[in-house]
Amino acid sequence: MKVPAWNPAVEFMAREALERVQLAGLRQTVAWALRTPFYRRRLAEAGVRHPEDISALRDLRHIPYTTKDDLRAAYPDGLLAVDREQVVRLHTSSGTTGMPTVIYHSRQDLDGWTELVARCIVATGAGSRDVFQNMTNYGLFTGGLGLHYGAERVGMLVIPASSGNTSRQVQLMKNFQTTVLHATPSYLLHLHAALASEGVDREQLALRKAFIGAEPHSEETRRKIEQLFGIDAYNSYGLSEMNGPGVAFECQYKTGLHLWEDAYVLEVIDPRSLQPCAEGETGEIVLTTLQRQATPLLRYRTRDLSHLVSGHCPCGRSHRRLARLTGRSDDMLIINGVNVFPSQIEDVLMKTPEVGTNYLIQIDKRGSLDRLAVKTEIYAKLFTGDPRTLDDLRERIAEQLRAAILVKPAVELHEPGSLPVSEGKARRVIDLRPAF
Amino acid sequence: MAQQLSVFIDNRPGRLNAVTAILRDAGIDIRAMTIADHRDYGVAKLLVSDPQQAQRVLMEQGFAAALQPVLAVAIEDRPGGLHVLLEVLARHQINVVDAYGFVSEPGCWAIWCMAVADQPAAARLVTAAGLRVLSAAELYHGDPGAPAAAQ
Repeated sequence: MKVPAWNPAVEFMAREALERVQLAGLRQTVAWALRTPFYRRRLAEAGVRHPEDISALRDLRHIPYTTKDDLRAAYPDGLLAVDREQVVRLHTSSGTTGMPTVIYHSRQDLDGWTELVARCIVATGAGSRDVFQNMTNYGLFTGGLGLHYGAERVGMLVIPASSGNTSRQVQLMKNFQTTVLHATPSYLLHLHAALASEGVDREQLALRKAFIGAEPHSEETRRKIEQLFGIDAYNSYGLSEMNGPGVAFECQYKTGLHLWEDAYVLEVIDPRSLQPCAEGETGEIVLTTLQRQATPLLRYRTRDLSHLVSGHCPCGRSHRRLARLTGRSDDMLIINGVNVFPSQIEDVLMKTPEVGTNYLIQIDKRGSLDRLAVKTEIYAKLFTGDPRTLDDLRERIAEQLRAAILVKPAVELHEPGSLPVSEGKARRVIDLRPAF
Repeated sequence: MAQQLSVFIDNRPGRLNAVTAILRDAGIDIRAMTIADHRDYGVAKLLVSDPQQAQRVLMEQGFAAALQPVLAVAIEDRPGGLHVLLEVLARHQINVVDAYGFVSEPGCWAIWCMAVADQPAAARLVTAAGLRVLSAAELYHGDPGAPAAAQ
């Protein structure tokens, strides 16, 4: 099988050469990081005051981990390493307890990100002759713009469809003979179920590939998507703190996700002991940026769980592979590809006097899509007896949650005292989605 | 003015039963009851022999219960009996928000309970039209006598 590659010189680079590139990138990143108030202090504590203090890749181990809490504390510009006028874009997330996080990009950063995404796309065998329908959300969410620019660079015809509006998606797929899709796995299953009701036959479509990501999924789900549509589906991994999509991607052989090691240093650690995992052992992914000027991150704890795939990929790329993601080492929930922390839901409920302090978050599947239900108790003393007031309350809470977490849940009101009490270790999240 | 009791009830088996058990144990008589379904919950409206006491015992057991004024009118239990009342309301542009009725003495009289925006004004109009608005005591303990319209 021919092995297509966007940047063969880097993608097939020998390990020793790749590690030299990593060391140079790490020193450069430390130099950038030392310009930020956050890292100047953090690195000084670790005895790193100059890029030259890093003499080998293993010196990275002396640098403390960076966490999402650090990003929140540094908001808005404690981690900005360039002059503001050099920044050309930012991506921010609402985060928990109202404290957002932000990643800034210089023009060079966006160029580097786009390059990584272009590599991912070409490694799957897609190319300039393809029509690419990007079905993920554009905007602050990095999935839409990240793939968009990568696909344009490769020379694909890009349809920036964004997420939702299934009926229009189907029409676009048909009218422009889309060959490659980008979506969450659950949305693709939903889309397939909708084809029949849209009166569109698979034979009228030109689909051949799909990029799937933003939510953990099983090998069975991938096969199901491939069989239903008669296409190849490739797993994509990324997170906004590491630009977004383009961190790791499956090549045509689908034997794990090649992580671009010239752009990131990969570590896998035990999330409890924080010690490195043995090769092949499942742990938390820790990543260090090597090319990002505006917001360098050293040893960022992603909270994503995976392991390294051993051996060599038939494609011959030297960049090591991550196994598909298996979950999180924190309580973050992924609902139809959107990241949600239970504390964000709690915040909204605690600001609503008409409901009590007990609540329950339940996630299940309705068809192929995730469904979020937030169960809360009415506060007896504020009960007026008027059901219309309650219906308004239910709608108001649902709208406030949608604004906070970008997912509109089904809000349920229940009797006082019917849900688990707020003291102690009450189990507040019930995930009824099938495990994988 | 007479009052009805509203109780918030989870929409699942056994919850209504919990309400009636509490009222039984407190020796409270239920004269009429209606339940509105709102998906995950329902609101039960009850006419009981002692609304204040009923509210107290239910809230002691953790229920959300509220008292609301209700306009109760005696009507004749015969074809057109309810229409007599509703025609009065329609003539004066009074909108009925929520209502229920029950027969108190078959073939003789029935009681119509309703929520309207301005209850005292509605009560005056109904009385002026020759119908009889029931007092709290009459409503809670029955026997309102013959409807005014039949006199």
